[in-house]
Amino acid sequence: MSQGNPILGTSPLRKEGRAKVLGATQYIDDLTLPGLWHGTTIRSTIARGRIKSITFDPQINWSEYAIVRAADIPGENSIVHLTRDHPCLAATEINHVAEPILLLAHPEKSALLAARSAIHIDYDELPGVFTIEASEAAVEALHHDPNATSNIIWSGSNSGGTPNCFKQYQMHTGEADETEDALAAAFESADFIITGEYTTGAQEQLYIEPNGVIAECDIDPATGHIRGVTVRGSMQCPYYLVHALALVFNLPEENCRVLQVETGGAFGGKEDFPSVIGSHAALLAMKCGHPVKIIYDRSEDMAATTKRHPSRTRIRTAVSRDGKLLAGTIDIALDGGAYATLSPVVLSRATLHAPGPYKWPHLRVRAKAMATNIPPHGAFRGFGAPQSLFALERHIDKIAHTLGLTPEEIRRRNFLSTGDRTATGQLLTEPVDMQHLLTRALADSGYHARRDRFAAENPTSRIKRGIGIAAFMHGAGFTGSGERRLNSLVHLDILPNGLPQILVSSTEFGQGTNTILCQVAAEALALPYDDILIHQPDTTLVPDSGPTVASRTAMIVGKLVERAAHQILTTLRTHASLPTPHTRAQFIAAAQSYLTRHNHLRASTRYQPATKIHWDDDLYRGDAYPAYAWAVYVAEVAVDLSTYTATVTRFDALQEVGRVLHPILARGQIEGGIAQGIGYALYEKCVYQNGHLMNNQMTNYIMPTSADLPTIHVYFEETPSPHGPGGAKGIGELPMDGPAPAILNAIEDATGIAFTAIPLLPEDIFERLTAYTTHPHGGTEDLNPATDLDTETESPRVSA
Amino acid sequence: MTTIHLTVNNQPHTLTVPPMKRLLDLLREDLSLTGTKEACGEGECGACAILLDTGSGPELVNSCLIPALQADNATLTTIEGLAPDAALHPIQQSFLQAGGAQCGICTPGMILATHHLLTQHPNPTEAQIREGLSGNLCRCTGYMRIFESIRQAATETAR
Repeated sequence: MSQGNPILGTSPLRKEGRAKVLGATQYIDDLTLPGLWHGTTIRSTIARGRIKSITFDPQINWSEYAIVRAADIPGENSIVHLTRDHPCLAATEINHVAEPILLLAHPEKSALLAARSAIHIDYDELPGVFTIEASEAAVEALHHDPNATSNIIWSGSNSGGTPNCFKQYQMHTGEADETEDALAAAFESADFIITGEYTTGAQEQLYIEPNGVIAECDIDPATGHIRGVTVRGSMQCPYYLVHALALVFNLPEENCRVLQVETGGAFGGKEDFPSVIGSHAALLAMKCGHPVKIIYDRSEDMAATTKRHPSRTRIRTAVSRDGKLLAGTIDIALDGGAYATLSPVVLSRATLHAPGPYKWPHLRVRAKAMATNIPPHGAFRGFGAPQSLFALERHIDKIAHTLGLTPEEIRRRNFLSTGDRTATGQLLTEPVDMQHLLTRALADSGYHARRDRFAAENPTSRIKRGIGIAAFMHGAGFTGSGERRLNSLVHLDILPNGLPQILVSSTEFGQGTNTILCQVAAEALALPYDDILIHQPDTTLVPDSGPTVASRTAMIVGKLVERAAHQILTTLRTHASLPTPHTRAQFIAAAQSYLTRHNHLRASTRYQPATKIHWDDDLYRGDAYPAYAWAVYVAEVAVDLSTYTATVTRFDALQEVGRVLHPILARGQIEGGIAQGIGYALYEKCVYQNGHLMNNQMTNYIMPTSADLPTIHVYFEETPSPHGPGGAKGIGELPMDGPAPAILNAIEDATGIAFTAIPLLPEDIFERLTAYTTHPHGGTEDLNPATDLDTETESPRVSA
Repeated sequence: MTTIHLTVNNQPHTLTVPPMKRLLDLLREDLSLTGTKEACGEGECGACAILLDTGSGPELVNSCLIPALQADNATLTTIEGLAPDAALHPIQQSFLQAGGAQCGICTPGMILATHHLLTQHPNPTEAQIREGLSGNLCRCTGYMRIFESIRQAATETAR
């Protein structure tokens, strides 16, 4: 395609990188506007109840302040996500701690602090529902007694859910009744039935830049009518905020302008939440007639904004003596928090990744997202997949131990490969070679030699070393028919200087959107990378190319940019005598000649699936994702029996992500995701008490530092895909999925103890190791001998 | 209010500020040096790290924890002072080339921490790099590209 030097597959400098290393990049808190006021949010201090009264201390001159309550909202008091259950401001009902009740603004930021403490809110408090189990118990009680509604905290009416349950999915490998019969028969006759329960905790995205926005409201001075609102801020999805503003202000979407400014990390945490803070700031701007800035401090950001969904997954498998998966049932429950927000789609991804990269003759996955009185959980890199893959990859190791097979062998006997069908019935037409990935990952990481060495050294060492693997995949792009519904649009303009500019709503927040999209355009247009411009997202200028989520930007939006570039070339060749091949000068000359005759040149491309995609949303069957990235990760750990600390001492990550567009950025994505995965497994714990996050500070919410992480070795296997530009697939979320199970598998290899819950902190290891002598299984599961045949075969290797 | 004299990026300043005003706010609000970032406000993350010399040589400090009064008569270097001309400092160049900056919000603090590290250890070992950066949190990179940036900068400055 390219006529010059190849650009895809090389590592040109990050587009906005120079400003970043100079410290010249302006993030939202670095910006100001004339007449700017500062805003703050008054939040509930209880998890559940009703507001009785709000009193304003008369010592404060409240006329200096803008105050917004629910009643001031000109449109609907609702933040639109998938449903409309989420209030913009609580009017009377409180459903979680830190729920927004009032908004305040003042010209002086320092005046807000005293005002905050001069507002007193009295509540009728109700007992909260804080766990999946408590939420389930309330549903159970309702089944026995229709009047037992005291712990039903979410009605489910009008939102497609059921009491306390935002969403449920049921997925079968075949027709439901037949699959159920086959499952029953398989469990009846299998050599082994192996069950397990696995849990994961909430995880904070912990972008280093907290959420922040500046909003303006344009009011007609004659009529007092709101003509429009403008919000700029740190965000992933400008058009999500447009939709939210349109509802809150009852304005046409074209009157709601959103600009993304440089964003200091997001990881999903700025997917849906900017709709909340953006609406809040715009309401204050409406009230005071000035631009209003809201920047959360760290403690507010952590207490009030979304986290990764906690999960509980129960797996029951029927396995043959030779290690073949015969049948399985997987039951997933997510804690969705107080409102539905994105829980249905997070749950969808959890459901679709639950089968892992394995062949399941018969499988049923049931999944549900439960309501609790915890601040709503939301998007975080991986989006449900890390939870279900943690459970599955721990369970696969359990099967191996039960059967006396190695973790390697059990996987080899069950891997999907080219031509197989996934659990949803998707035919894998593109090359899938998990066998090779496993072989290479084990060889490149020196797995066998290290495993043997640790087995020899451990009996005489206080430091127990182990090595574990995880094999997994991650679907790129929106699920099933999602990309067709998004219907993404991209523009590529030729500017008066004859050079191109990309117009997309896809946002840069560190992952490299600007850079890779410009590489794609440069390669397709045979122009130097430095010649390509990309416009900062501004919804009055850029089309809706979909949200920047779901590992979709490189593959889906990149492909649209590539097609737009080809359209430009065709136009210039047909109408401006652009030769083939062309030089940069010839391109510019042709483009300018075209512009003198036609005034403008824009190519616009809309999403078209590369291949036919069939998806049945009711049966949950068909082609779940356009493409998958595949991976095998190897973690090495050291567990110190003096301090009960588990440390990852080496990490090897092999993945097949299609063509690697930019090796340095790609490595950065993988390494960063693995670091978050290591944090998820061993460091990051959200401690809740009565619905309050008790450790909403960087001081006591511990993410890995440079001293905590091992050397991370990254390897790519490049199998070009037809879906993305130059053969690329999605990459961003994949590395979040594998570390936690690989690490806990390694800890079991080191200690013989089968931990089943993350985060796994030293106190958890201490508890189990010291309780070991009184615990017959040496595992966190309480195994039921009636269904679990591995009790005798499990032989703990710890001599402590 | 108190009057303090300080030199920031080779520019002398005399400012009248509340004595307990955070140095971070003084830099960002009074001097419009917004390259120094606030991310945690409690000295955990290093996004607000600067070099502060009160007479015994530059120290890497978290400016969110330093009252303005403490910077009286001090010499400060912020990210804006590292490349006063258009050319990038070798550390900035290596962060740009090796992928040491992703979202960029931790980058100013990281680059100043690197500057301080390379002043102390021109050829740092891996352990010295890890220790030298352990007060600066990065959520994007997993630190590996930052380590590589530092190795490249050390090689570059050694030449």
